Amino acid sequence: MIWRYILKRILWMVPFLFAVSVVAFLLIQAPPGDYLTTYIAKLGESNEVLDQASVDNLRARFGLDQPLYVQYFKWVSNLVQGDFGMSFEWRQPVSDLVWERMGLTMMLSFSTLLFTWAVALPIGIFSAVRKYSIGDYVVTTLGFIGLATPNFLLALVLMYIGVVHFGADVGGLFSSEYQNAPWSWAKFVDLMKHLWLPVVVLGTGATASLIRVMRANLLDELHKPYVDTARAKGLSEFALLMKYPVRVALNPFISTIGWVLPNLVSGAVVTAIVLSLPTAGPLMLQALLSQDMYLAGAFVLLLSSLTVIGMLISDILLVLLDPRVRYD
Amino acid sequence: MTNPAETTSGETPETNALPADSHLPVDAQPDKLAVASQWQLTWWAFRKHKLAQLGLWIIGLLYLLSIFAEFVAPDDPTKQNRRAVFHPPQMIHFVDRTEDGLRLRPYVYEMDRQRDPDTLAISYTPSGEKIYLRLFGRGAEYKFWGLWETDIHLFATVNPRDKFFLFGADRLGRDMFSRVMYGTRISMSIGLVGVAISLVLGITLGGISGYYGGRIDAVIQRLIEFVLSLPTIPIWLALAAALPPSWPIYQQYFVITLIVSLVGWTELGRVVRGRFLAMKNDDFVIAARLDGASERRIIFRHMLPSLTSHIIASLTLAIPLMILAETGLSFLGLGLQPPAISWGVLLKEAQNILSISQAPWLFIPGGFVVIAVLAFNFLGDGMRDAADPYSH
Repeated sequence: MIWRYILKRILWMVPFLFAVSVVAFLLIQAPPGDYLTTYIAKLGESNEVLDQASVDNLRARFGLDQPLYVQYFKWVSNLVQGDFGMSFEWRQPVSDLVWERMGLTMMLSFSTLLFTWAVALPIGIFSAVRKYSIGDYVVTTLGFIGLATPNFLLALVLMYIGVVHFGADVGGLFSSEYQNAPWSWAKFVDLMKHLWLPVVVLGTGATASLIRVMRANLLDELHKPYVDTARAKGLSEFALLMKYPVRVALNPFISTIGWVLPNLVSGAVVTAIVLSLPTAGPLMLQALLSQDMYLAGAFVLLLSSLTVIGMLISDILLVLLDPRVRYD
Repeated sequence: MTNPAETTSGETPETNALPADSHLPVDAQPDKLAVASQWQLTWWAFRKHKLAQLGLWIIGLLYLLSIFAEFVAPDDPTKQNRRAVFHPPQMIHFVDRTEDGLRLRPYVYEMDRQRDPDTLAISYTPSGEKIYLRLFGRGAEYKFWGLWETDIHLFATVNPRDKFFLFGADRLGRDMFSRVMYGTRISMSIGLVGVAISLVLGITLGGISGYYGGRIDAVIQRLIEFVLSLPTIPIWLALAAALPPSWPIYQQYFVITLIVSLVGWTELGRVVRGRFLAMKNDDFVIAARLDGASERRIIFRHMLPSLTSHIIASLTLAIPLMILAETGLSFLGLGLQPPAISWGVLLKEAQNILSISQAPWLFIPGGFVVIAVLAFNFLGDGMRDAADPYSH
């Protein structure tokens, strides 16, 4: 039963991913002109001129002279074989450029998700149990401000505090000596030292909304008769809370992965640009601006797939954790 | 607007008895409550929400500022001043201590500019001279709403040659306060225009989906799920990167609002669909159908009016998302381009860690963003609670 459900959900992803690939392709085709126009303009800035013959030659080599749907099918059929095409600008296969950055993006998003849960869960429970206490008001106020502050602004403020009060540049994910070093324990430790800032910056918005979700869910549960029954039977307050209402209130919490992950991936793009992190964001922005279409397309496609996978995971977790959810 | 069927179904004896936890005001007499229209009930429920009212006041103020931006701003927002680069903000003092006693008169202290001979760093120190301000003084000339020329501002220096910087100045010596006022106009209105676009999309698609159900519903729901699952910012970036920077400001403005509203409609579509589904089999709708009312009439005359308050609440909650989206895009340099001024364009100046460590007042537009978004969220929350005065 459960396996059939999972299989069905995975099969559902196929038309979904197809639609995503069409959107990604159309998006990168949307700017007027193509990579060659940008390239020629760039050459023009340094007073070099490309004659028409070599322009046509290049255009044919990159396949830019063919109709859109031919370009699309060529792109997709290569994609299925794991070939993302060549980056015009970097003159390297896109897959060489993309994977490390996507890996760091995923690591950043998942660390943030864990951070968000670790913070939001206890605070949400506290603020529901001690409803209308000073602590609850403080948490609610901070939560509202966290929701209202754009990520990049928070990143800027923290960077400002870092530079002015601690005299440290807090941008980036690695210290300069580890920038190009192969992976090692020392590099990992260095990464952890830098990771907290983007995690906090990215996590605030999601944490704030998850606290609100948890608080509201738990408040709904706390007044149900089964809680009174358990209390009347003499169960300790803590055991009672953890064993029943929190478990029930957790369900909607799990389904939030579905929307928290897309938000994190999105937010990570802007934050990464501000904090100059070596994740997908900055390279994607650059690729978009220079119309390096295969590179930009790969990023748009991979980031979208990441969110689709996030939704899949949350749906499966939900079914596993709550027998009342029907497999349909 | 009162729907007879709805009012009677809402007026159960319990509501008349006013239980202690009812969120309707206790001072309303039971018989007054019984005849109150739906809007009246909504207003009573809203009035109990203190934060929502605060939000309403702040939003009203911000829109007033953006309507009268030219008048409120004491200076031309694009005028550069080489002698005022990174001029710090000046506090307005009111109590003036002169030889002939205390006088109530607004003034600021003049700042002198020095350049360190070694580092060439510029610093400002108060010179002790006072610059007096007055209400409705004369300053830079402007065309009010593009209609008539004037040089009267809400407040200005008594001597028009003096300058003062309430929020400091940026790296080109432009007055930040004036720039923030003009930015308020663009940023706050982008939210409104964007919401108007998503309103049309959301009501049409959500309404069709909920009213007809079946296969159309399934298709539209898949579409909404698809749009929701797309990571917004990469998509926005890709769309915005397609904008040629040479376009005139109003064209950029329109396209940016369009991009921003592409995401906003999904939430609204869901709300409208859910309400339509729930209402489709309500007594008053069935009654209208049995009476032979056309579908158009059922939708627009009977169903939409009882949705209005929900729609307004969802719209209010959608505006801050759009403001944030525009701010983020412009901040990255993909939204509005200078010389257009919006909060995001202003914050772009704060991108450089060197400039903000030298001039922390460049963060002020960010404060406006946070306050505006908070106010909209408070207002929206209050309205959502008040939207259904019959619940609880």
